[in-house]
Formats: sequence, structure tokens, C-alpha cells
Amino acid sequence: MNLPDNLKYTSDHEWIKLLDNDEAIVGITDFAQQSLGDITFVETPEQGDTFEKGATFGVVESVKAASDLYMPVDGEVIEGNSALEDAPEQVNQSPFGEGWIVKIRLLDVSQVEGLLDASAYAELAKE
Amino acid sequence: MIRKTPLNNFNVAHGGRMVDFAGWSMPVQYKSIVEEHKSTRSAAGLFDVSHMGEALVSGREATDYLDFVLTNDISKMSVGQVLYSLMCFEHGGVVDDLLVYKKSETEYLLCLNASNTEKDLAWLESKRDRFDAALSDVSSDFALLALQGPKTFEILQDLEAEGSEGLRYYHFTEGSVAGLPCLISRTGYTGERGVELFVAPESAAKLAESILLAGKNHGLVLAGLGARDSLRLEAGYSLYGHEINEGISPVQANLMWTVKLNKASDFIGKAAILAEKDVGPKKKIVFFKAGSRRIVRSDTEVQTDGRTIGTVVSGTFSPELNEAIGSALINSECSEAELSVDMRGKSMRIFQTKPPFIEVKP
Repeated sequence: MNLPDNLKYTSDHEWIKLLDNDEAIVGITDFAQQSLGDITFVETPEQGDTFEKGATFGVVESVKAASDLYMPVDGEVIEGNSALEDAPEQVNQSPFGEGWIVKIRLLDVSQVEGLLDASAYAELAKE
Repeated sequence: MIRKTPLNNFNVAHGGRMVDFAGWSMPVQYKSIVEEHKSTRSAAGLFDVSHMGEALVSGREATDYLDFVLTNDISKMSVGQVLYSLMCFEHGGVVDDLLVYKKSETEYLLCLNASNTEKDLAWLESKRDRFDAALSDVSSDFALLALQGPKTFEILQDLEAEGSEGLRYYHFTEGSVAGLPCLISRTGYTGERGVELFVAPESAAKLAESILLAGKNHGLVLAGLGARDSLRLEAGYSLYGHEINEGISPVQANLMWTVKLNKASDFIGKAAILAEKDVGPKKKIVFFKAGSRRIVRSDTEVQTDGRTIGTVVSGTFSPELNEAIGSALINSECSEAELSVDMRGKSMRIFQTKPPFIEVKP
């Protein structure tokens, strides 16, 4: 399973990449995009929207089903990936790269401790 | 216990993502529904549809028997012709939609939906006693492959197919492909040029591998039920259980072209269909574009002026249009109205479209 070491993960099959200045990028894992199948639409939030950890911030839709996206930490939206409007299949093709979904500013940096690392997520995804 | 087609090992070996469909283990996709769909339209797709049922109707009164149970005019068929027909209940609702193959004046092959095979056979048997005709379930005698797309006949030529050259649309021949005897039918469920191949189960895997190999140079891909559904919806074709069912009549489903009210034979459902046609149906099936990529799923409520006036019966994403498309059963009085659907609490306009959504070029 494709699982970059330098990312943190959630039990909802999302990843978060921590950047400088308390910023981060969020997306869904390879496991998630495979389960969903062909992604046809991604709904991303507006710049400035804030969400609590665990709150629904968007939707990923595939031919198979629609799946809510949950904020892995308390965050304020900097931008959604606008490329996904015309090419949502990027989430399938490059879930950890060009298929990123939203860029946020962390409102509580301490929450990062509670996230899963690659091996912990791998265990979870196996079940 | 889940049933397996003769191509089950083939499907699994080629990466098919298997699901339970009508009690059969079937591949919903091999790589990607959207890619398989697009490849079928631009080159070719190979589908395992062996889950479909087949029945043989034979005897002196085979034609009269079928003319009585089916809506289309069987007496007008020529040998070698294929005909799409509905089979209706007395009240006009649909038992199944099916294809009829006229093999001789006294022998017909029927191809039935997988989900209705048992029901169809029981229904047919229950109507048989008046006629000098025999009915048998021959489903286990056949595997069925659909080869669909503009490159179909080039691929068949590479496979030294016999009988397919010059085969007209909705006609069939008993020939061979890659040296394997099969019934070659110029029919399909995609809106593209294509054939459906009825072959002995023990030859199915060999046939599929041969087609796959020959098709490589032409851009052929294996395609599953997911692509089959988006292809047929783009082409405006009905799917039993969605646009037609026991409670939806041909009048409501816009399928009156398969109902020959003036044929010599009376048929089951004729009176009810005639009556509904005269008064006008209370509900009808309409097709729509969503105006966005958001798929409007089956069972979504359809509204006009804030009132619920129907339900979505089919909904998927159209790779050709890059837009979500679907069909709905709505109150006939609203067929000119502006329609919208409830998408997770938000109202979204949908736009009625006369099918097909794409150019059908079989």
C-alpha cells in the first residue's frame, strides 16, 4: 500500500501534511480513493471557513457513492484545490500529490500529537 | 450461494473487482469505470454478460405463443432477425424486456435479464398450455460476451471471424470467432457498433483471451458492469428495475415503439395498455442532465414548486458530457415544468433532455 512516511493520518482515511507557519494540506489516502472508485466530483469549502476537528468540511463523490470529508484538526481554510473542479480524477491518480483537497491553517497545533503515523494507519487500514 | 459465470476465473485473473449482481459474481470494473466507458466509445470494450438467461421456444405454434406473451410482432420476424420486445402483465406493467432470436419458423432463442430469468421462465411456462410449443431453460448452455465499440469489426476480422462480415444491425448468424463456434448477434447495450457472442461455456475463457489479445492493437479494454450502466444510460436505453418494472408500463416508459397494438394476435396487457394510452399515463419516465458533475442517485426526490412529484430511477456520471445524467419517474402533469432534486438538503435544478445523450451509432 502506498503510504508516505512524512504524513500523518486519520481513521477516516485522510492524510495531513504539515507545512511551515502552522499551515497544512489535507487529502484522502490511496486506500480511500481505491475504495471509492472513479471520483467524479469534489466539494471543497470556501476560503475563511473554519471547522472543528471531526467536522464535515466537504464531500468526495464517485460513481459508487458520496463520502463526507472530516477535518483532521481544528482549522481555517486557506484554499481548496481548484484543479479538482474540472479534474476530480486527480484524487484517484495522485491522492498524495496533485489530488490534495484543501490547504488549512491549524488553530490548535497540539492536536497533531493525536494523529496516526504511517504504520498505525497501515494497521487500521488492514482491518 | 453466489453463482459464477464461465469467465469467473478470467475476470478475477484480470483484476476484476467482483460484486454480487442478481446472485452472480460479476466484475463491476477492472481498472476504472470511466476509462472503460471512454475506451468502449473510442475503441472497444469486452464485457462478460454470461449472467443473462436464455430460453428456447420451439414447436408448431412457437410463433403464436410468443406473439401472445410478447408485445412486439413476432409473426413479422424473418429467420436470422433479432427483435427487442417487452413481456407484460395483464395490467400493463412489465415482466421483463428481452431479445428474441428467430432461428427457424418453429424455433426461437430468448435472451432474458439475469435478475428476471427465473421469473420469466415461470411466467412463460404458465402461459404455454394453450399452444403446441415447448419451452426450455438453456441458460447453462451459453456464456455471453459483448464486444462493443467502433473497432469491433476490425478486431473480428483479425480473429478470422466467420459470419460477421456484412452482418446487419439486429440480425444474427451462427458462425465462429477465433475458430470457436458461436452465435454472433449484431446487437448491444452501449449505443456503439458491436456484437454479442453466445458461446459454449467451456470455450468462453479461450474466446475472451483471443479477443483480448487481438484487441490489444486496437485499444480494446475489459469493461465491467459499471461502464455497462453509464454507457446504456448515455444511449437512453432502459434498465429493468429502473425505467421499467412491474409497476411501470410501456406507455409510461416511452416504449410504445415495442408494442404493436395492431398486430394480428392479441397479447397479454393489450387492453390495459390501450386504455392507458387513450387516457394518457399518470406518470412518465423522463431523462435529465444535472447541469453539474454531482451524481443524482436513484431514489432522490424530484420536485417542482416545492412539491415532490417524482423519484429518480437512474443516475450516474456521463464521461462524454462530463456531467451527471439520469432518469426519473414523474407525474405526467409536470412533464413541462422546471424540475429540481433534493441533494443533501439543497435544491438543485435538473434539466430534462430527450434521450439519447450522445449520438448512437450502432
